[in-house]
Amino acid sequence: MFEEMAKKPAGWIIGDGEEASVVLSSRIRLARNIAGFRFPNSADRETRDKLLEFFDSALTKSEFLQHGAFYRTAGLDRATSSFLVERHLISPTMLDHLDGAGVYIAENELVSIMINEEDHLRIQAITSGLEMDRTMELAAQYDNEVGRLLEYDYDSDFGFLTACPTNVGTGLRASVLIHLPGLVLTREIDRVIQKVTKMGLIVRGFYGEGTDVLGNLFQISNQTTLGQSEADILEMIERVSRMIIADEANARGRLKEEAYDHISDKIWRAYGILKHARVLSSEEVMNLLSAVRLGLAMGIIDSPTIPTINDILLLSQPAHLMKYYGENMDADRRDIARAEMVREKLS
Amino acid sequence: MKCQDCNERESTVQVTQIVDNEKIALQLCKDCAAKRGFHSPLDNSPFPLANFLSGLWPKEEPGKNIKPVTKSDLACPNCGLTLEEFKNLGRFGCGQCYKTFREQLQDLLRKIHGSSLHRGKLPPMLSEEATVIREQKRLQEELRRAIASEDFERAADLRDKIKSLKASVSAARDRERENV
Repeated sequence: MFEEMAKKPAGWIIGDGEEASVVLSSRIRLARNIAGFRFPNSADRETRDKLLEFFDSALTKSEFLQHGAFYRTAGLDRATSSFLVERHLISPTMLDHLDGAGVYIAENELVSIMINEEDHLRIQAITSGLEMDRTMELAAQYDNEVGRLLEYDYDSDFGFLTACPTNVGTGLRASVLIHLPGLVLTREIDRVIQKVTKMGLIVRGFYGEGTDVLGNLFQISNQTTLGQSEADILEMIERVSRMIIADEANARGRLKEEAYDHISDKIWRAYGILKHARVLSSEEVMNLLSAVRLGLAMGIIDSPTIPTINDILLLSQPAHLMKYYGENMDADRRDIARAEMVREKLS
Repeated sequence: MKCQDCNERESTVQVTQIVDNEKIALQLCKDCAAKRGFHSPLDNSPFPLANFLSGLWPKEEPGKNIKPVTKSDLACPNCGLTLEEFKNLGRFGCGQCYKTFREQLQDLLRKIHGSSLHRGKLPPMLSEEATVIREQKRLQEELRRAIASEDFERAADLRDKIKSLKASVSAARDRERENV
């Protein structure tokens, strides 16, 4: 199951949106619950199964929703469920209760709906680049269609009701995944993070085993979901993202002026290692890809393309590698296979 | 300053959360900060929600707008969740919980979100004009009550909400006219 999906890149990696050389993706998540059912965490298996049935029957009533595919996750093997997590189609928390849960996937994976995660429905949309409005429109189409067929749990004071009160109201979490090597290299990143946090947004870095931020990737998202309209939340994320993009551009400009030879050397070396290495850990790939992505954006190198970089980033993850080669591998074997996959993609 | 949690060790960690310009600061010792799940600001560990919530929960002082509630007297009639259980779990059991704990929730939601009133989208099944008008009437009645009880924060919230509802109704009318 899903082997085909592993061979074919997800819709968002295409790298075509606005500011795509800095912003990898824009993501929208809407938390919704169905009236009359207990929230998944307090519902027994029978109730959760009933909700799955309910969702399934709504799909059959809608021509629009027929474009997507609905999978039940009960009984999925570890390799497949981890693959779906790496692809952001289900969440890591869902791995603990795959029974009585499911996922609906549409629009070449730009849209997905997790069923019976923390809330009954988690509608997600993801697109390439800084495209908050377009991403919201995509999510809203599915939200409106499902909400026309199933009655959402809603309160006129509190808005859309969610299992956790930190999501209540709009149920909206909007985020961007942003690449900030310039700010990390010039050591300005802490100041920028502080500034963004003070504006009421959350910044998360992705850490590996060391203290360095993996791949210089950061996620910016809203913290509050109640009291502001959806448009206000999106406007805030977009405005702050543009501010960070400008800061990053300044940092890159300074690097180019003051340390061009060193930066250029770092980028060419990274590209050389990716093209010729025989053993690569996933952390190493993330960091090398970060340098190559920076080189492309700064005009220091002119290949590979952004979609190729995104594709390698996705395929480098353990479950993806195993699906890609169609076999189970231990960590050592995966490091060898990863290097092989990267060489193949860059040749 | 002593740690706010254990009241024994000196506080060395200040945890600050800023929500809509309202600053919530906790002075903690290293051990208690770790217990609440606070490490570095960039830590990738899951959001320590239940602990964070219990830190936000107002101390139960009689006389304030939060009624003191004992374990036994408030439980959700639908799923049976008690307020005490919610404080530990940080999760509700069903939509009815919000109605059951409505009064206790206002303050908590204001601390988390800086507001306790939804200003966003209406669900598709509700967004008919008639429903909106009914909703407007209900809000106006509530506004009258809020002013009478001198709860001006809530009154301001309600006024904003009525305004945005009116705007959405006239926008919908404009759209209809264009379609005709």
